[in-house]
Amino acid sequence: MNLFELHKKLISAARANPPSERVPLAFEKRIMALMPRLAVDGWAQWAGALWRAAVPCVAIMLLLSAWSYFSAYPANSSGDLSQEIDNTILAAAVQDQPSADSTR
Amino acid sequence: MDPSDADLIASVLKGDTASFEPLVQKYSPRLFATARRYARRESEVEDIVQEVWLKAYQKLSSFRGEAPFEHWLMRLAVRTCYDFLRGHQRNRETMFSELSEPEEDWLERFGRQPDTASENAEAARQLIERILEQLSPPARMVITLLEIEDRTVKEISELTGWSVPLVKVRAFRARAEMRKILARIAKEKYL
Repeated sequence: MNLFELHKKLISAARANPPSERVPLAFEKRIMALMPRLAVDGWAQWAGALWRAAVPCVAIMLLLSAWSYFSAYPANSSGDLSQEIDNTILAAAVQDQPSADSTR
Repeated sequence: MDPSDADLIASVLKGDTASFEPLVQKYSPRLFATARRYARRESEVEDIVQEVWLKAYQKLSSFRGEAPFEHWLMRLAVRTCYDFLRGHQRNRETMFSELSEPEEDWLERFGRQPDTASENAEAARQLIERILEQLSPPARMVITLLEIEDRTVKEISELTGWSVPLVKVRAFRARAEMRKILARIAKEKYL
């Protein structure tokens, strides 16, 4: 079989049968119905994205709150939150101060 | 007198969405014919054309009016069709033993005496469609534009966004791919 001839013949067949230009009924109406959805301005899209992001943020916040509320205190904790904060903040200052023994 | 494409586009860009409808009416037949070259199912064809129009509307502000609107739209259409082909690479390895009876008859007639097998036959049209479906997306695109639509390499480059050397390379590979498929038909039918 002459493949070159077959190729030419089949390409001629495709050329001889161009596809139809038929358009479905009221196709332009369908396209026009989609237009207002596209015309939404950028601010509205931004606001929509923020609203969608709010839901997972709230969910994560609730999960973290529940975790911190129900988790047990560390073993060496005194149980007094204000004292713990003082100790943590002042730890660096206490370490930087030269001790009374070393100054003598 | 009907408003020109440029007038309609200017109105759409000023916010008059309704001015887009005459453009859709005017150019949809051309877009449907283009999409039907790459998609067989009518629902797929409609999806492609719809996507082209939505992209055209969204990108209308980038149309600078240097070339006719139709050229700009056809670039969008060809690139959308190419994306469709890449997204729908089905199992392209169909066996040619699955050919329909008229297709087999046409091939046998061609094998015996090539002149008697008419290119106007429905079987020939179905056969070329079947072969095109087996080509890779770039090969199908380049064979369709170069050989079936008879476009120049430069035109294809503008339509697809590929460089001229890339079009030439892809055309070379596409012909080789097609020859391979035709050789497989010949082997399956006559060996």
